[in-house]
Amino acid sequence: MRLEQLLNEHTEQIVTKWFNALAGTYPLNTAQFLKSIPDTFANPVGNIARQSLRALFAELLAANDHKSLTASLDPLIRVRAVQTMFTPSQATAFVLELKPIVRQCIAETSLSPEVTADLKAFETRVDELLLLAFDVFVNCRETVYQIKASQEKSRFYRAFARAGLVREDPDADPDSASS
Amino acid sequence: MSDLPKANQLYHTIEHRTPATDWMDTPTVIRKGIYCYAANPKSLEALSAPNPREWNPVEEDWKLPDNWQEIIHKGFKERLEKFRSFKVFMDICVRCGACADKCHYFIGTGDPKNMPVLRAELLRSVYRNDFTMAGKIMGRVAGARPMTLEVLKEWWSYLFQCSECRRCSVFCPYGIDTAEITIMGRELLNLLGLNIDWIATPVANCYRTGNHLGIQPHAFKDMLDFFVDDIEEITGVRMAPNFNKKGADILFITPSGDVFADPGTYTAMGYLILFHYLKEKYGLEVTWSTYASEGGNFGFFTSHETMKRLNSKMYAEAKRLGVKWILGGECGHMWRVIHQYMDTMNGPADFLEEPVNPITGTRFENAKSTKMVHITEFTADLIKHNKLELDPGRNDNVVLTFHDSCNPARGMGLLEEPRYVIRNTCRHFYEMPANTIRENTFCCGSGSGLNAGEDMELRLTGGLPRANAVKYVHEKHGVNMLGCVCAIDRAVFPDLMRYWVPGVDVTGVHELVGNALILPGEKERTTNLRGEDLPGMEDEADE
Repeated sequence: MRLEQLLNEHTEQIVTKWFNALAGTYPLNTAQFLKSIPDTFANPVGNIARQSLRALFAELLAANDHKSLTASLDPLIRVRAVQTMFTPSQATAFVLELKPIVRQCIAETSLSPEVTADLKAFETRVDELLLLAFDVFVNCRETVYQIKASQEKSRFYRAFARAGLVREDPDADPDSASS
Repeated sequence: MSDLPKANQLYHTIEHRTPATDWMDTPTVIRKGIYCYAANPKSLEALSAPNPREWNPVEEDWKLPDNWQEIIHKGFKERLEKFRSFKVFMDICVRCGACADKCHYFIGTGDPKNMPVLRAELLRSVYRNDFTMAGKIMGRVAGARPMTLEVLKEWWSYLFQCSECRRCSVFCPYGIDTAEITIMGRELLNLLGLNIDWIATPVANCYRTGNHLGIQPHAFKDMLDFFVDDIEEITGVRMAPNFNKKGADILFITPSGDVFADPGTYTAMGYLILFHYLKEKYGLEVTWSTYASEGGNFGFFTSHETMKRLNSKMYAEAKRLGVKWILGGECGHMWRVIHQYMDTMNGPADFLEEPVNPITGTRFENAKSTKMVHITEFTADLIKHNKLELDPGRNDNVVLTFHDSCNPARGMGLLEEPRYVIRNTCRHFYEMPANTIRENTFCCGSGSGLNAGEDMELRLTGGLPRANAVKYVHEKHGVNMLGCVCAIDRAVFPDLMRYWVPGVDVTGVHELVGNALILPGEKERTTNLRGEDLPGMEDEADE
């Protein structure tokens, strides 16, 4: 039996533990809320997290490429990138929580050499996922900074325009106004 | 051998769990991205507000008056005596938790002190300590704590993480309006000069020149004249809006954001087109005012007195111009001020008539007392009586969803009128899930003066529940436009969509009206008000 088959049987259990570990990074009351409300619209953070983690686990098992892993990471990291209670390492550290959860899950199984090799490869993919999380995190933060910068630019542009200091150009866009 | 720690040693040094301490023992951290800059002292001076000085929220010394605790205590006592609702709200909460998970800031930030019940507890704990027997005797056992500098900083931090949207109050079995608690808390903070600049400076500008941006009358008129030029280019019709016209039938007041900030400007063009149509077809004279040039009222986020001062220009201008009644544009908190406070603050407006639509004869019963009608109600009435010739096909590029702006929805029950206008001007309209619209609507995350640039993370997390519902209809129905009836929504949603749901733009309802309304004598339009090609007109526009 290979690792994928072993873990497939425990998918629900692993994803739930991973989600609980992620919820545990929030204050107690928040963690309870994230775990208990199933409605996607009443509890967006909890549901985005569940969906992302489930998709990520399936993709890690299937050894999918970075593109699809990034797509599944994005919604969750996008949330944590603007939750200022987390430092960047705290926002992304949940990825590594998967390793002990998986090891615990197969702790009582005697591992064949193939499974041991699979496990090593799986854990390497988790490490890669952490690096991807870093990419997504930085991308989200850059979007926040771009939004802030565009706001400032547009404020000054309008002020100059009102003062009659801007050349008349119907196509002028504050975002592209560099001069 | 290297002294560098191994990767797993480093990993174990990362503490990624927040402390499970009681809320009173969890220190408040005023974080970058969450707080707004302190009020400019010049703006406080312009209002004769207390304690104007340079200060910085992240510095230790907030430069408070020596007797600041006494000022807060006296201010608290005065307001408990003056506002019965405040006293009741302090006493009756049983901490059932029904409101706890209803706040968009709690849902988005994950910070438990943003649960409405806990935000209110910040004040209640001091109330118990200062004004109740149980609190005085039993102290912390009874949930009481004295007012300290740390508590004051906690108040400041969390009272400016509430947008006064009142979603929590919908779920409170006792009807406690946590927004009112925030309003009172902010009043108390203002006694010490602890306002934020995004509120204080617009208030000072508004007090001085009539609008938040401090735009003077000639510049206000210039902006509307620019729109007149743009409209002529698009429709071939030249219009001449009335300014400060004495004896006009109706005075029109809208937030200045519609005049100065995209995409609100297209909504303002929609108003101009509607008023021109009504003048041509029915002889109705609507006038703009360069004095009452702001519908918004950030005084509402400062104190009752400031709100009253800024609001007074509406009736004063209506009286000066001798109009019959007032029509109000698409704004959010402006309507809560009008609907719930204006009449008792600055009324009775007995010099105005009970609003009747002179074209349809409809009597606007709900505006009988305030004498001020919401423009979507006015337009819906015109459409209902077939008084507008509309071509909704000109909005066929728009796949719309509608965000109920908090104050019109929860503050005055305006739910159906905007939808009626939308359905008659736009053929592709999809509602967001039921628990995110109408009286359950989620705030934009930037209301009550929190639409600054420096608290962007707060705005993005606070706007997450709303954006999450928009994302759902965007993916399910291909929604590409978010409609709203609030100038702050129009100012902040583009950024929110850029972060959470790229591909969705933002519009006011009267922009849709402006596109659909067929003006007498207009040329064949090839673009909408934004200059984008109309459906099927791509080739004509290029020629």
